Amino acid sequence: MTGTGKRALGAIALAMGVSCQIWAFQAWAADPVKIGMITTLSGPGGYLGEEVRDGFQLAIDQEGGKLGGVPVTVEVADDGLKPGNAKDIAQRMLGSEHIKLMTGIIFSNVAGATVPDILDAGAFYISPNAAPSNFAGKDCHKNYFVVPWQNDSLHESAGEDANNLGYKKMFILAPNYQAGKDALAGFKRAYKGQVVGEVYTKLDQTDFAPELAQIRDAKPDAVFQFEPGGLGITFLKQYVQAGLMEKIPMVVSSPSMDARTLDAVGDAALGVQVSSFWNSDFDNPASKAFVAAYEAKFHRTPTYYAAQGYDTARLVASALRAVGGDLAKADAFRAALRQADFQSVRGAFKFGQNQHPIEDWYALKVVKGADGKPVLKTMGKIFEAHGDAYAAECKM
Amino acid sequence: MLLAEQILNGAQFGIMLFLLAAGLTLVFGIMGLINLAHGSLYMIGAFTAAWAGNATGSFAAALAIGMVVTAVVGMAIEAAVLRRLYARDHLDQVVATFGLILFFNEAATWLFGRQPLFAAVPPWLAGSVELLPGVPYPAYRLAIIAVGLLVALLLYLLVARTRLGMLIRAGSSDREMVRALGVDIRLIYTVVFGLGALLAGLAGVMAGPVFSVQVGMGEQVLILTFVVIIIGGIGSVRGAFVGALLVGMVDTLTRAFLPGLLKTLMSTSEADAIGGGASSMAVYVLMAAILLWRPRGLFPAHG
Repeated sequence: MTGTGKRALGAIALAMGVSCQIWAFQAWAADPVKIGMITTLSGPGGYLGEEVRDGFQLAIDQEGGKLGGVPVTVEVADDGLKPGNAKDIAQRMLGSEHIKLMTGIIFSNVAGATVPDILDAGAFYISPNAAPSNFAGKDCHKNYFVVPWQNDSLHESAGEDANNLGYKKMFILAPNYQAGKDALAGFKRAYKGQVVGEVYTKLDQTDFAPELAQIRDAKPDAVFQFEPGGLGITFLKQYVQAGLMEKIPMVVSSPSMDARTLDAVGDAALGVQVSSFWNSDFDNPASKAFVAAYEAKFHRTPTYYAAQGYDTARLVASALRAVGGDLAKADAFRAALRQADFQSVRGAFKFGQNQHPIEDWYALKVVKGADGKPVLKTMGKIFEAHGDAYAAECKM
Repeated sequence: MLLAEQILNGAQFGIMLFLLAAGLTLVFGIMGLINLAHGSLYMIGAFTAAWAGNATGSFAAALAIGMVVTAVVGMAIEAAVLRRLYARDHLDQVVATFGLILFFNEAATWLFGRQPLFAAVPPWLAGSVELLPGVPYPAYRLAIIAVGLLVALLLYLLVARTRLGMLIRAGSSDREMVRALGVDIRLIYTVVFGLGALLAGLAGVMAGPVFSVQVGMGEQVLILTFVVIIIGGIGSVRGAFVGALLVGMVDTLTRAFLPGLLKTLMSTSEADAIGGGASSMAVYVLMAAILLWRPRGLFPAHG
């Protein structure tokens, strides 16, 4: 390289260095607030992350790139459902990118590995989905908020739904891993009848014929199953093929039956009872506006994951407005988050002392819609202002 | 009554595994190729059949398209990729065919999306048959058993009674000698691989209406398929058949009855946890026991 070339390069480097300095000085005034979204976009669970991301982005688009009047940018990263990946992404976002506000994690095991790092670094984490029990109880944290629900509440509401429907004998099954065990424990906490069969299936199971034979043999009034994603689709199809759907009704919580599962299963899902905190037919202005905007943009019915992403963004918007986008005012930002001062698509809700929701739960049912396709229809209320079982253990 | 139904379930699961294992063991035993992408062929069969079934509404069309596409894709990857690997180390084959898994998973995601596809049971097989009084059994699952038994018979006749079968057997013991006799061994390999792919595709087509047609479905059954051919003896179609039935039975029956038996000894929740874990391991315990007794499997193909 010639002398001039070197000097020219040096000048460019110097100029860039100076401009970076200037840029850094201006950053706090004009730069958008950066939000880190670590979520699952690949594999069979990939659509859950897509829905959360799309719901979150929809709220930003509606404000023209802002949340609560503050310009924001979202950096989305795929964790591939691997806790190690998520941990690396969080370190990068916290370290070199100085991101102070994160969200997006879908799976509880990923959250378990990643959230403590984020909180230890003094950043905020606002969960749009995963809500493992330990973070709701003794490991609760002032910078940790959960927007949709605590994990157990999903299955407690299904247990109460079974009570209300008058089922005296239930057969329950779930995959043999932490969330599966939590699901059955949550169901049994609320269910008052007799459990005539309790089975743990394999997490990679493709054939449920042995379990179906056991169900037929046990003659329960109804079946509760927590088989998320592809597992649930397989289970439902085989349940119908075995001729059990007409004889033994099925009660599930929302992870086993969302709008996309419904698309994949079709008429096989007709008659399934579902418990949820939100449904796309809710009759409140925030929900109606959300569903209309979502359908216009993506041409599909939003799942409850999309609603969770949307509500998360709206909560963030309310708190960003309160501090004018300045996350350095951490105490004021936290206080504003606690207020949850926005119109949630689920209607009324507030945070409990462990910063998890206190909200209503609803009974839904899969019925034939106006166009002949199966849809989820809201039938009635299961719980009023329901919190979670761990809040008392949280000392904040 | 419950026992009879569970034995039927075990047989049906075993037959399903046999359709996959037969192709894998032919390719492994005769061509010496470890093909991890065999599960991808199963997935291709399931996806193309589900897609064709939804587009045409005809199960026959789904069956034909699923099998033909899988066989063609199989022969194409044999000619384009796998042919270069026969002389290579097994580790190279594992790495290359693992790459194919990633490629096919991405391709399927790109073509069909991440959502599972819906495949319908043909209307004439939708009901159930009352085999024993009070035990209705889905007709479609009985059809799977019938198809599997038919394929087993045809494969046996092909390998034991035809000229192609003779060349296949000869090629597996001494490919140089077969080539010296003026036989195009390359063509035979392509045909054998196509046949293996066809069987994987058939398994995928049959599996579609029962299981979830989704990206990555092949990897879930691949490990059990390898267990089957190791138990049966690598390269033996008869071994694959016996091994598949054994694995299907052991897996189904331990899952169905072990927790119940344990409940007579301990509390319910412990029995569920231990029974669930033990039934997951049962197949591998079976494999270990058989390998201790017969280190080369039940029906070693040659030597």
